Amino acid sequence: MMLCILMRTGLRTHETIWGHRRPCDRFSNMNESSSAIGTALSMIATLDADLFEIVLLSLQVSLGAVAIASVIALPLGALIALQRFPGRRAVVILLNAMMGLPPVVVGLMVYVLLSRAGPLGSMGLLFTPTAMVIAQSIIVLPIIAALSRQTIADLHEEYGEYLRSLGCTPMQSIATLLWDGRFRLLTAIMAGFGRAIAEVGAVIIVGGNIQHSTRVMTTTIALETSKGNLALALGLGVMLLTLALSINAAALVISDTARRRYG
Amino acid sequence: MRSKTNSSPTTFTRLVAALVLGVLAIASAALGEPRSIIVASTTSTQNSGLFAWLLPQFTAETGIDVKVVAVGTGQAIRIATNGDADLLLVHHEASERKFVSDGLGLARHPIMHNDFVLVGPVADPAGVRGMSEITVALRRIAESEQIFVSRGDDSGTHKKELEIWTASGFDPRPASGSWYREAGSGMGATLNTNGAMGGYTLSDRASWVSFGNKGDMEILLEGDPPLNNPYAAIVVNPERHPHVRVREAQAFVDWLTSARGQAAIATFRVDGQLLFFPDVVPDGV
Repeated sequence: MMLCILMRTGLRTHETIWGHRRPCDRFSNMNESSSAIGTALSMIATLDADLFEIVLLSLQVSLGAVAIASVIALPLGALIALQRFPGRRAVVILLNAMMGLPPVVVGLMVYVLLSRAGPLGSMGLLFTPTAMVIAQSIIVLPIIAALSRQTIADLHEEYGEYLRSLGCTPMQSIATLLWDGRFRLLTAIMAGFGRAIAEVGAVIIVGGNIQHSTRVMTTTIALETSKGNLALALGLGVMLLTLALSINAAALVISDTARRRYG
Repeated sequence: MRSKTNSSPTTFTRLVAALVLGVLAIASAALGEPRSIIVASTTSTQNSGLFAWLLPQFTAETGIDVKVVAVGTGQAIRIATNGDADLLLVHHEASERKFVSDGLGLARHPIMHNDFVLVGPVADPAGVRGMSEITVALRRIAESEQIFVSRGDDSGTHKKELEIWTASGFDPRPASGSWYREAGSGMGATLNTNGAMGGYTLSDRASWVSFGNKGDMEILLEGDPPLNNPYAAIVVNPERHPHVRVREAQAFVDWLTSARGQAAIATFRVDGQLLFFPDVVPDGV
């Protein structure tokens, strides 16, 4: 983590300023779709400092949001899966529906909350990465909660009797099922991450797409598209896809390996 | 369900702890920047690369970090009204004067100007090329029912366009959805839309020159006096919002209006073209 911070501060003094001398400018007149991959490769090859900063912030914000949301959503999902209470079906339906929360609406709600004119304005969090983490946490929380509820419900159907026979309290059951289902729950977490890293509507509102501060990959793609730099925007899109693919593949490999080792 | 679960909770806990620490690191990084200001400004200044050219020079001289939120003028004014920015740098004189007279901002400082241009298809089906008056040209487009793409986003350019329609005596709003199309987006996105539709649109020169997807569009009319486009800066009134960093924001205004700042504006070029003309030092070019 220290390393990340050191790298970030180091990058500020880097002399290339995006918008002036980009290594990929030479692609801008070529056919957009065919040069997108070339642009992406060129950007990776030259390791443009500004681009690196943007990718790093994207990962920090989205992984941070997923971590916060998971801490809340996994126990919440398990609780709803195991506990019987009035209105439980309605809660499940609501949770499932909330998976479709439009990011732009969440962004707007967080914006209103964090604005200086809003209830949490005195914290001065609007247009900071923290605001982006908050917005994305809200977006991915229902996804992780709803999917983990399903996973835990399935597990409980299998092992509920067994846990009861051991005399487990509900809390113990929840903890046990969460721990034993951790590899399956990874899918829920990855679904949340996928949503977070791909999302632009919320982060552009609460982050403001500020260069060297709150600019992430998706907001950069939106910006470059609006500047008419379509090849560059597509190149960034290719990078974003590659990144999401790598992280999902890594998660799968780790989980498979761990499952084989620890069952 | 096997019970070999006690072997690795530490790994999992560590992972979660690392992620939580990461979030805290971001939070502390956000809080730990004392000398930084937020400027609510327009897409034209950002997309043209002007800020990317000016800010490193200003930051190198003063150590003040400037964060630019680039939106339309209308939205920028709302951001500043709510106190979410320290400085406003926009281009719609009437709105700026109202911002100051409403007590929301301190003094209005003219910084620079350029002009608006009418952009349209090379084929020019409405036949407005070479006209000298923008009001006559818009009327011609309206009467021939050629596509006109409006920003439709309450930006400075949108306000200017509506003023020109009013001056032309023609109300395009009833035609909204047919030949008059309100994109509801920034200048670049509107230019992309306009190019795809083969229509006409009003653009500030900076956005147009630095736009990378001109395709079949070109400037058809320019130089009419109503197309002047002045930019001004206003520090947000600290009496309204005590957290506003007046000293840093004023330092940025002072720098922009100083000989050095004006010279920096005058040396910013895209494709060899001067995009913003400094207003304070007339011979600064």
